[in-house]
Amino acid sequence: MSVLQIERLSIAFGGVRAIDDVNLTVPKGCVFSIIGPNGAGKTTLFNLISGVYRPTQGQVLLDGTDVSGFAPDRLARRGLSRTFQNLQIFFRLSALENVMVGRNRHETTNVIQDLLRLPSVWRQNRATREAAMAALARVGLAADADKSAASLPYGAMKRLEIARALASEPQVLLLDEPAAGCNPVETEELDDIIRAIVDDGVTVVLVEHDMRLVMNISDRIHVLANGRTLTEGTAAEVRANPAVVEAYLGTHNARGRAVA
Amino acid sequence: MAEFLQFLFSGLTVGAVYALVALGFTLIYNASGIINFAQGEFVMLGGMTTVFLALVGVPLPLAAVVAVLAAVAVGLLLHRFAIEPARGADTVSLIMITIGASIFLRGAAQVVFDKRFHSLPHLFGTDPLRIGGAAILPQSLVVLAGATVIVVLLWIFIDRTLFGKAVIATAANRLAARLVGINTGHMIGFSFAISAAIGALAGILVTPITLTSYDVGTLLALKGFAAAMLGGMGYALGAVVGGLLLGLLEAFSAGYLSSKYKDVVAFLVILAVFFVMPQGLLGRAKVERV
Amino acid sequence: MPRLIDSRYTPLIAVALIALLLPLIFPSPYYYRIGALVFIFALAVIGLNLLMGFAGQVSLGHAGFLGIGAYAVAVGPTHLGLPSWFCIFAGAGASALVAYAVGQPILRLKGHYLAVATLGFGIVISIVLTNEAGWTGGPDGMSVQRLVLFGWPMHGSKIWYWIGAGTLLVGVALALNLIDSPSGRALQAIHDSEVAAQVLGVRVARKKLSVFVISAVYASVAGSYLALLNGHVTPDLAGFMRSIELVAMVVLGGMGSVFGSLVGAAVLVVLPQALTSFHDYEHMMLGLIVMGFMILLRRGIVPALGAALTGRAL
Repeated sequence: MSVLQIERLSIAFGGVRAIDDVNLTVPKGCVFSIIGPNGAGKTTLFNLISGVYRPTQGQVLLDGTDVSGFAPDRLARRGLSRTFQNLQIFFRLSALENVMVGRNRHETTNVIQDLLRLPSVWRQNRATREAAMAALARVGLAADADKSAASLPYGAMKRLEIARALASEPQVLLLDEPAAGCNPVETEELDDIIRAIVDDGVTVVLVEHDMRLVMNISDRIHVLANGRTLTEGTAAEVRANPAVVEAYLGTHNARGRAVA
Repeated sequence: MAEFLQFLFSGLTVGAVYALVALGFTLIYNASGIINFAQGEFVMLGGMTTVFLALVGVPLPLAAVVAVLAAVAVGLLLHRFAIEPARGADTVSLIMITIGASIFLRGAAQVVFDKRFHSLPHLFGTDPLRIGGAAILPQSLVVLAGATVIVVLLWIFIDRTLFGKAVIATAANRLAARLVGINTGHMIGFSFAISAAIGALAGILVTPITLTSYDVGTLLALKGFAAAMLGGMGYALGAVVGGLLLGLLEAFSAGYLSSKYKDVVAFLVILAVFFVMPQGLLGRAKVERV
Repeated sequence: MPRLIDSRYTPLIAVALIALLLPLIFPSPYYYRIGALVFIFALAVIGLNLLMGFAGQVSLGHAGFLGIGAYAVAVGPTHLGLPSWFCIFAGAGASALVAYAVGQPILRLKGHYLAVATLGFGIVISIVLTNEAGWTGGPDGMSVQRLVLFGWPMHGSKIWYWIGAGTLLVGVALALNLIDSPSGRALQAIHDSEVAAQVLGVRVARKKLSVFVISAVYASVAGSYLALLNGHVTPDLAGFMRSIELVAMVVLGGMGSVFGSLVGAAVLVVLPQALTSFHDYEHMMLGLIVMGFMILLRRGIVPALGAALTGRAL
């Protein structure tokens, strides 16, 4: 049963096809990794899936529904959430408040109620706070809840983004290079965090350069190069594929030479 | 037809001034990312200084030269004492600093000069030329010719000199420009100087037609800013096109629709353009990178 | 220090204390008028601060809403025979509607484009007020009938001092409520990263529009009060310089600081009064002060003081 499906997806920026005719199917409840050399189009693909970019062509199906061209907030309300490669922390807010924003789609009060601080807002705030604390705890940041998000170390900010995305209770979570800039211990912890997320029934789509993490954790790996699908398979299959090595090293690759 | 030509010429004349002000905005914006709301005060300074020097008997050409130099000095002082110390401030703070500077300059002009309207003699007299039934002031042609010369000189300077390349490099990427050894601080100071000179020249050229007073800068700054945005902020050509378009819009809506509501029409058109092209007419859409 | 009260409401208590204690040190009744002006401007500034300081959206045309509110209480009673108190609400409603209609297209714009668009909006309002002389009295403005509540005429600075203070307290309370609510968090999130807020499900356009409407209502009520206090309105109230003054108050006091809004309003209302003896040099001084504050106290008075005193922003 696939929760996320991409059919013949393409996007062009000024004639350059950053994503070119990509198909992939993400089964429910797995860790699905997308890898590829720099500039392969991984983040662009995430931006397409999460609605930040509109595809030039093709379809994105979420839980069987065509959601191509949906705005990000609409997708979020359908259970898709993500983190960012370049951190997008809300620096004005505390760590806890950052995660509380993640609860937005579950909050039901309107702006008039908020202004008047009706009892419903009280209840809402309490519920949001509890859920956000729980999400912070899941990434090991419970102790930092009241700190300013801007004061957190880099690795903690990365986990804060995961907590924020988790707080929205997604069915699909896109993680964009969560291990970038993390030390080995933090990466290890990340491995545990992701496994726990999947155990809770969330499907994780991962873009990552840390190959140890990818190979350890992924159920399936999709390899992109120059915006196109190179191959897809299990960790063992991908590792054994000479084309993948070529794509990364580029020396024997005619396309790579042409580009260089 | 005569009517149309009349509106066309008056629109182009005013538009040329807007274009020069917009160009000043663009130069400073490109070098520093700052919107300099004191840009209109340079226009005022150019006109008012010339007027008052001429009043005390300085020959007009000399008065004009001194006025431009005075504006340049003010531009450099503004950069040195208001912009440089505020390095790293956010956009709104920087906007407020330049607005503070424009209030200050207006107040200073009110004290140094006076609060009355002033004019300058027309360069080639006030007998209108008859073109296709329309009466055109020779000074209008002077304004258009002057603006053209300024734009062409600026273009040659930017396009053909090493210094100009440094300006372009700074505009394209300030950090990278610094890394290849360009003193971007100097570039910003230079952009203030050039913008001040352009503004002052515009003020001198147009004063015979529109008159000047200590407070003409505000509206010109607003119009110039709007024109620069209409063309697409950061594009010199956009500034010129935006300025001329805004002038034409005003002239034609004043002529054919309502002179009272010409500014309203102009702003509505600008809003409509933004609605369809959020980056301005010549600006390129940016892809948000996340 | 034990937390006797929820620190979230510190600004509310501070404003209440200031309003109550200030008259004790007023040397003459004239100061009630200045106090009233400070409170009324602070009201508009809090609204604008919600838009600028919290949601991060610039408006260089907010005096337009001051103008709508002011002319509502001027035109309504004079030309339509409506009671003044009703016109305060009608003006607020009209401002909300205008903000709703104008905000839809305008708030899609970002940065300097938004600045031009809001600037244009303000100018359009002031041009309409200037040109529709039959209704508004044109450039010279028109006189405003006094507010009469339950048969009592609301006349004199003292009454408006207390009306201003009372309304300001309501305005502060509502703003504090909003900040610590789902909408408030969403707005602050939009300020820092629109795209991140959006992928978390925040309806960015709708949230921006709602805070724009709220800030318009704040400004409109302030405008109505100003007109009723002065007994006269001119289109200057809606002009570009007024809009700039409002923005300067926000930035001076501190973006995102509710209490800072009061401080910013106080500084820019009191200073020109203090400077009138320098008459000719008034503008120069004002320009210098704005520049000086922006350069030296970039974050604004209240956040800078807060950081200096306690290590955290007030």
